[in-house]
Amino acid sequence: MTDIAPNLATPLERLAAEAAATAAGRNPHGEEGERYTAVNSEKNRPLYESRVKVYPKLVHGTFRRLKWLVMAVTLTIYYVTPWLRWERGPGLPDQAVLLDFPARRFYFFFLEIWPQEFYYVTGLLILAALGLFLVTSVAGRVWCGYACPQTVWTDLFLHVERFFEGDRAARIRLDKSPLSFNKIARKVGKHIVWLLIAVATGGAWVFYFADAPTLAAQLLSFEAPLIAWLFIALFAFTTYLLGAIAREQVCIYMCPWPRIQGAMFDEDSLLVSYRADRGEKRGPHKKGTSWEGRGDCIDCGQCVAACPMGIDIRDGMQLECIQCALCIDACNEIMDKVERPRGLITYDTFRNQELRQAGETPRVNLLRPRTVVYTIALTLVAAVMLFALLNRATLEANVIADRNPLFVTLSDGSIRNGYQVKILNKEHSARSYRISIDGLEGAALTRPALTGEHDEIVSVNPDTLVNARFFVSLPIDRLKQLDKGEAEFTFIVTDIENGTTATKKTSFKGPIK
Amino acid sequence: MSEKHKDDVTGVETTGHSWDGIRELNNPLPKWWIYTFYATIVWCIAYWVVMPAWPYITNEGWTYTKGLIGYEQREVVTGELAGIVESRADAMLQIAEMPLRDVAADPALMELALAAGRAAFGDNCAPCHGSGAQGFKGFPNLNDDEWIWGGTLEDIQYTVNHGIRWEANDGTRQNIMMAYGRDGILSRAEISDVAEYVLSLSGRSENAEAATRGSEIFATQCVTCHGADGTGNRELGAPNLTDAIWLYGGERANIIESVSNGRSGTMPAWEGRLSEATIRSLTLFVHSLGGGEE
Repeated sequence: MTDIAPNLATPLERLAAEAAATAAGRNPHGEEGERYTAVNSEKNRPLYESRVKVYPKLVHGTFRRLKWLVMAVTLTIYYVTPWLRWERGPGLPDQAVLLDFPARRFYFFFLEIWPQEFYYVTGLLILAALGLFLVTSVAGRVWCGYACPQTVWTDLFLHVERFFEGDRAARIRLDKSPLSFNKIARKVGKHIVWLLIAVATGGAWVFYFADAPTLAAQLLSFEAPLIAWLFIALFAFTTYLLGAIAREQVCIYMCPWPRIQGAMFDEDSLLVSYRADRGEKRGPHKKGTSWEGRGDCIDCGQCVAACPMGIDIRDGMQLECIQCALCIDACNEIMDKVERPRGLITYDTFRNQELRQAGETPRVNLLRPRTVVYTIALTLVAAVMLFALLNRATLEANVIADRNPLFVTLSDGSIRNGYQVKILNKEHSARSYRISIDGLEGAALTRPALTGEHDEIVSVNPDTLVNARFFVSLPIDRLKQLDKGEAEFTFIVTDIENGTTATKKTSFKGPIK
Repeated sequence: MSEKHKDDVTGVETTGHSWDGIRELNNPLPKWWIYTFYATIVWCIAYWVVMPAWPYITNEGWTYTKGLIGYEQREVVTGELAGIVESRADAMLQIAEMPLRDVAADPALMELALAAGRAAFGDNCAPCHGSGAQGFKGFPNLNDDEWIWGGTLEDIQYTVNHGIRWEANDGTRQNIMMAYGRDGILSRAEISDVAEYVLSLSGRSENAEAATRGSEIFATQCVTCHGADGTGNRELGAPNLTDAIWLYGGERANIIESVSNGRSGTMPAWEGRLSEATIRSLTLFVHSLGGGEE
């Protein structure tokens, strides 16, 4: 045997023959390897490859239905939430979920988060991270396969493509066929619907940042601010690019999650797997013949056809597999047809595969240290956040003492310090507060001239912060209170109606005698 | 040396390197990736041509390529500043024309006036009066309640407009303290005595005899401006010698220096140099520092 059939026509066929030879342990280039070297042999492998288009086939089954459900729920939440209303009182927005950037507030139903309370968002992110770790360690890439916006929108766009161009075989035929009115009409229709969905997606996004009914009316009458148009255009473009064009390329090449999640499973995580112990040896099966001495896999290739990533799950766990479980449905359909038990491809764990190989009984081990720890951490963080939210004060006070100058000597020799008292009224009604001080004997509390009648009363509008300037003076004979030129005291802010108080410690500074 | 292995599972070659036994598969890059990369390079070069980009050296020093459209960041900032000034024009007009007390009574206008005053103070007044208006020797502390020329809104506005002993301005505040020692009006001993008396006005005298002698000198030389009881005269800009605030220092040596060499500090006149709205904002700001008088 000198070389591998040099008269095979295409490089691809030569490559296939090469691969077969390698698999059989022979030198793919023959003894006289120098004479025949295919353009795509190991020596000449290209650095870049063209994308191979994937034509996923429609399947029916439990997991397809589950994906539909998740898609319906997530898309409904995304598109409908900005339209939900929540009454908050006059002058305040009535949108349930609103990120009000100009007013610097985040409204979420009964919650109202100020920029100073941004740590709630940190808490949310921590919860999201812990939730992800927990779910991934239990059931693998559930996020990737069911809930990720990339998956959901790509799935939706695939259905649109299927609607216009038919299922897998029809789509492949259409792409191969020459240009015709039919082809153009189908393609154009598909792209139009894709663009409409993309614009609607961008539109829904901007509605989170402005009052939805108002902005919608403005958009329809072309009176909306430029920034709204820009963001709608941006999100429409990215939705179209990533969901309609890039699809699986995002998961394989762009997204960091596959790499991270790969590190989050362990031997007990339930992952979409091909049960090789049941399926091998694979091969075609004639109806009526026995299933003895062979595997259940009839090599129909439906799992590959159904896969939106275009991979073969029978090759094993791989980065491209987003664990959407459509191959499970595809294989189960076939198993039903050939009257074999379902579950040739199923959610299985590494440990169970080893156990079965060793002849022991497999078990599902959900309650293990990792999952328990994640659950406890999740519960704790959620509890802390809930507690903080429920005990949120509606009145806050902050005091900033003047640093330049530290103190002023008045004509009668007394020492005066200046303070900025910041009062945050988080109620939905205007309130008046009395300011007083405690901890300095003989101190006088005054305000700059021209302030008005009631010096110690400060009125604050609803949902606002007011910065009030106060002076505290100590007469000469009281300066003994200062230790090395400093004495601590407290500002007390009292709501004159309901008596709620907020206090803040600060210091009085004088000459160091 | 690099040794390329073929991974059993995927059939893909490794890069050939091994890091502690870990190898990396050498999958081909997707073509769209490399085309996007080339596109960014094209964009980069186009950007260099269109926008200001590269510094280079000439005979006159360093300069930079200006770009085809002449985009200037400084122009953008100037434009933005002009826009801000325009958006405040109405309110500033009100500040310039309404009576000062009416401006003070309007919280929104007052907020703007105080902010404008604080900014203008930093640019114009802080070099002498200090960044916190705390003053230095010879430059008054504007936070306290001692005013040489008066601390009402009108007094402050007049002082800011016309300055103090500012020759170029017609209405400037005028008066000087003579140099009693340098010009030979009083002898050394007399100056020492009158200083002792002045110290006694704020209860710090240690030599009653000298103070009594000094009181007679004070009665002839000083009361015209500083008043019979030494409490000062705002018309003449003569400070109150009985309180705890001393512009040039209140120790014996400082008082002797003031009497001997005289005092005639100056302050620029700001009318014509600053807009009416700015001067009024400064007035309101200084008045609000803590010593403003009704």
